[in-house]
Amino acid sequence: MTLKLENISKIVGAETHIDDVSITLEPGSFNVLLGRTQAGKTTLMRIMAGLEPPTKGHIFVDGTDVTGMAVQKRNVAMVYQQFINYPSMNVYDNIASPLKLQGMAKAEIERRVKSTAELMHIEHLLDRLPQELSGGQQQRTAMARAMVKDCTLLLLDEPLVNLDYKLREELRAEIPNLLAERDTIVVYATTEPMEALLLGGKCAVMHQGCMTQFGPTTQVYHNPACVETGLIFSDPPINLVDAEVRDGNLFLASGHQVALQGHLAGLDRGKHTIGVRANHLSVKNPGSHAIAMQGQVELAEITGSETFVHVHFNDVSWVIQEEGVHNPRLGEAITFYVDPKRLFAFGVNNQLEAAPPVALQNGKAA
Amino acid sequence: MNKITNNKAWFLVLPVFLIVAISAIIPLMTVVNYSVQDIFDPQTRFFVGTEWFKQVLEDTRLHDALVRQIIYTGSILAIEIPLGIAIALTLPRKGWGVSACMVLLALPLLIPWNVVGTIWQIFGRADIGLGGYVIRSLGISYNYSQNPMDAWITVVVMDVWHWTSLVVLLCYAGLRSIPDAYYQAAKIDGASNWAVFRFIQLPKMQSVLVIGVLLRFMDSFMIYTEPFVLTGGGPGNSTTFLSQYLTRMAVGQFDLGPAAAFSIIYFLIILLVCWVFYTVVMNAGKREEQ
Repeated sequence: MTLKLENISKIVGAETHIDDVSITLEPGSFNVLLGRTQAGKTTLMRIMAGLEPPTKGHIFVDGTDVTGMAVQKRNVAMVYQQFINYPSMNVYDNIASPLKLQGMAKAEIERRVKSTAELMHIEHLLDRLPQELSGGQQQRTAMARAMVKDCTLLLLDEPLVNLDYKLREELRAEIPNLLAERDTIVVYATTEPMEALLLGGKCAVMHQGCMTQFGPTTQVYHNPACVETGLIFSDPPINLVDAEVRDGNLFLASGHQVALQGHLAGLDRGKHTIGVRANHLSVKNPGSHAIAMQGQVELAEITGSETFVHVHFNDVSWVIQEEGVHNPRLGEAITFYVDPKRLFAFGVNNQLEAAPPVALQNGKAA
Repeated sequence: MNKITNNKAWFLVLPVFLIVAISAIIPLMTVVNYSVQDIFDPQTRFFVGTEWFKQVLEDTRLHDALVRQIIYTGSILAIEIPLGIAIALTLPRKGWGVSACMVLLALPLLIPWNVVGTIWQIFGRADIGLGGYVIRSLGISYNYSQNPMDAWITVVVMDVWHWTSLVVLLCYAGLRSIPDAYYQAAKIDGASNWAVFRFIQLPKMQSVLVIGVLLRFMDSFMIYTEPFVLTGGGPGNSTTFLSQYLTRMAVGQFDLGPAAAFSIIYFLIILLVCWVFYTVVMNAGKREEQ
């Protein structure tokens, strides 16, 4: 089935939760809904499911208008951030519950529950109650419940947020495989850019109720259509600085000058916003083409394999992502380098004007 | 690791020890003391062994009071628990209605017990009471001070009016703790309202319901003030429950020995029933888990 949202808006009281969203989801596609908390991801999913009617706009399934159709008739399944299972039923009955309500034959139910449980690696837990399971197992049960019926639309609302790191990694790695070779449209909401990239598929970026961009995930990552998308789809958020083109050169507000070459050649005269991702900044000098910048260390976050150095200069705060453990002193002056070939340029309307070539975006600076 | 021995730590336990001794152990021992002796004055006392206990256990009027007590407690539990759940389910979940309902529900709980008795005593009177008058004018003969059945109904209705709110508030708290996603998930599954109640709301309310049943059991099994004010245990002995019978024995007839023996039995009954109920419910929960 193809799901098409047409000019969907949701207004509650004086607040606009969803602002004129249009999107078409292909059968069998994996779609990531990326946005910060409160961006409207959950509301949009609830509208897709039919749990809430939109204030304006229409929803089409294979060309048929289903706006206002009750959720029970839509054949959707949803997995939530909290682990939602029937507390008094064991895992088997939990997984079987949607099938029982459909009135399926007992033998068929058993076959399906067993195969889904095997797929989710919980076949040995079938007679346990949800509260006797670990968080990961509870969420696997909830996912099995959602996957056991042949739904046409599967909505996953930040399903891994409440799991601890290890379990999250484990389940995230499995999800794309679990859902491959299905006709189901999958929509997966997340706040984490890394999760979106790991899951692949297509990505829709949400900001304050608007959908800022929709396309293949890596393409959106490489070409963020606007500043907001760049900020949302980078972790840490993309570093920004005001800039102006005059006399054939790009002058950054930080006082640096960049020649208009390569992908930047087409920039018009006037004001721009320049963005650079943290992983494209380096404290090592990558060569003579790089611009050297000076700043003061505000904070250093060490994750183990990487260190995030927050620097401050000329009223701008940037983050440098550096491999390995570094321990700069706070307030220390630091020199770091940026390669002009890796700069993003946005116009005064915040729309993307120039993105670095993909080959240069991949890989680390230096 | 070296353990540090410090005997001063005993002083920290002392306050608790004193409080428990004064509030529970010493009064209880006084009762035990009376239950095995015949005491005339501080100097004159005879040890009688289990005689008072035998006498109490053979007392047929006490048996009647016990049966009445069991029927009374059984009926108010059978009414208040389902009614409390039903009301809790219909209460609003948000908006100004929530606080309005909470205040209205809490009102009966705030009224002193003998005032509740007085309210119903007047309310139910056939001559000047609104309730009694309305029932009479409907053509139903009703007089709680003469007809045992009417007295019973009045006592039960009074307790339902007074205490159902407690069950409602407990259940409502239990219901409020269920995340909205549960209801959505059930809606997506296409579960009926009954299934939502049976498989989501009831299991989530289990622990508060156990507390509700225990509180209402203990409290109603010890009920004294309200029926005392309303009917004085009458007509005849028809609404004389255990507490009233005990008071009559201890204060009215001054049979301190049998009264003490009976107090101990009374206490043990409540303890035993609560323990059995709690164990059974908790084991049932565990069995379900396995």
